[in-house]
Amino acid sequence: MSIYVDGSSRLLVQGITGREGAFHTGHMVAYGTRVVAGVTPGKGGESVHGVPVFDTVADAVAATGADVSVVYVPARFAADAILEAADEGLGLVVTITEGIPVHDMIRVTAALKARGTDLIGGNCPGLITPDEAKVGIIPGSIVAPGPVGVVSRSGTLTYEVLFALTERGIGQTTAVGIGGDPVQGTKFVDVLAHFEADPATELIVMIGEIGGSDEEAAADYVRDHVSKPVVGFVAGNTAPPGKTMGHAGAIISGGKGTAAEKVAAFEAAGITVARHPDEIARIVAGMMGRS
Amino acid sequence: MNLYEYQAKRLFGEHGIPVKAGDVADTPEGARAIAERLGGTVVVKAQVHSGGRGKAGGVKLASSPAEAEARARDILGLDIRGHVVRRVLVDPAVGIASEIYVGCVLDRARRRMIVMASSQGGVEIEEVAATNPGAIVRVAIDPAFGLWPYQARRLSYGIGLAPMHHAAFGLIVTALAGLVVAQDATLAEINPLVITDQGELIALDGKVTIDDNALFRQPAMAALRDPGVETEAEQAARAAGLNYVDLDGSIGCMVNGAGLAMATMDVVKLFGGEPANFLDIGGGAQAVKVEAAMRILLADARVKSVLINIFGGITRGDEVARGILAALGNITTDVPFVVRIEGTNAAEGRAILADAAMATATTLEDAARQAVALAARGVPA
Repeated sequence: MSIYVDGSSRLLVQGITGREGAFHTGHMVAYGTRVVAGVTPGKGGESVHGVPVFDTVADAVAATGADVSVVYVPARFAADAILEAADEGLGLVVTITEGIPVHDMIRVTAALKARGTDLIGGNCPGLITPDEAKVGIIPGSIVAPGPVGVVSRSGTLTYEVLFALTERGIGQTTAVGIGGDPVQGTKFVDVLAHFEADPATELIVMIGEIGGSDEEAAADYVRDHVSKPVVGFVAGNTAPPGKTMGHAGAIISGGKGTAAEKVAAFEAAGITVARHPDEIARIVAGMMGRS
Repeated sequence: MNLYEYQAKRLFGEHGIPVKAGDVADTPEGARAIAERLGGTVVVKAQVHSGGRGKAGGVKLASSPAEAEARARDILGLDIRGHVVRRVLVDPAVGIASEIYVGCVLDRARRRMIVMASSQGGVEIEEVAATNPGAIVRVAIDPAFGLWPYQARRLSYGIGLAPMHHAAFGLIVTALAGLVVAQDATLAEINPLVITDQGELIALDGKVTIDDNALFRQPAMAALRDPGVETEAEQAARAAGLNYVDLDGSIGCMVNGAGLAMATMDVVKLFGGEPANFLDIGGGAQAVKVEAAMRILLADARVKSVLINIFGGITRGDEVARGILAALGNITTDVPFVVRIEGTNAAEGRAILADAAMATATTLEDAARQAVALAARGVPA
């Protein structure tokens, strides 16, 4: 089992002819993902890695029955692309694009709520269900199927953890990168709900970072609604206040959003907190009796 | 991107929020000329991106042009929390009856811009939130409409504003909500919004932050950027497309990915070192970015060792190692460094670096320990 995507997902790539879109389409296809269509306005009729390109999402959906979209289009056009996918009834839109204006994300998330479309991202690495579907940019070589669900605001930090788990023979149901922007679609609590409901997921790894209060909300949710063990980590203990640490959302503002607060919230909710990334896989292995 | 007070207040004026018609000067003589033109008592205010200007002596009253010149001379060049004052705003002084706070900020949890108001103006809103949270009234801006009239009423009644000021206050909060949307602001604060002894509402001080990611469609805002507020390292990093934040420690960190970069700093600290910076070189590890990043790190005399931490994903570890060698081949330095490569083809990558006599590490713990030990040993003379 898995969450959000599996081997039957029919993937549409928006921005498929761009440098990033074309490059990662190659990797998604090579991984075995059912990439059924791409969209770039004005490039309809072309093909990228054997995937047919359409001018509009409407055309692509009509011709191929795509039900999940991944967005690589440049930041200034990303809101429009997400809304186009939602308007055609796609149930899940995964947005890799970094640097989407905050006000665009406010408009998009409000509009998607009304349409019932789930959005993952922006500024995220996407998600991967090992051996079934890779939607985004998480390297396929570092994951394996298994019982651990992973959710994270980060990219390469998540890869570290996935790689360490896989090296120890511990596979994953699905790994979801929810992204590092201040206004994003899916939050920790949404993914936690999916993992809790997924019978194949036995343990959850949650990787947070400074800024905002989603980790605190997630901690409350874990305490009240999650029966499975959760291992947590929060990056940014040494981050100074008032500075954006790479991710637009990773900023301590007005003294709020510190790593210490988030770690305290995790611990109060019974989440086992790793002090540094190397410890995460070690703790998981210990809990699963594979140390 | 943060605007200065004078820029914020000009923007307020353009959006119909009442402000006093002052001007900025970068010399004492210039301040005098503005005071002459305004007549009467003026206030001379340091223009820096920092709070606490009043306490630092950066805001002074002057009852004559000569006094305005003298006060500007005191304030220009002042260091306020690490920000040197290069410009002063000279505004007409106003008689203040009471002070209000109005701010429009991003509420990340609700995914909305919200308008906050409090009857306690002139103090930082975080302080009010900590000491008297009930004094803050909040409403969320409807992204499809803007601020509704009932929301403006909710704010004015909520802070106990006298009914005679409701109309003027409603126009101001509606204009502020319109401003943040129109200019892609993620923060716009009027603090204080004063009620003068003449019964007028005036935005006396203001703070505006524009979303950097929206500057492509806000050319007038982009033109307000003051390159002088960035350090040389920050400018170099921006030019090279690197995310860089300067810190006080001795261990330079170069990492691909923001979350991993933060975690790397945390591990350095955990094993007894102090990170000198946050530096995210982005995906892969292109030689040109590694070289630019290395030059920025080595320009900092406090850096005693460098930890390069790269996770090889789609860009394989052996490719990363060759990129690092190519980049470092162009740089001569005595500062020792340790390279950790993990991920796809990491062993091949480490072998390539070891052949070139570079210190390598497998785990992040090991890398941090080595970097801390190297920094403690000091750079050989």
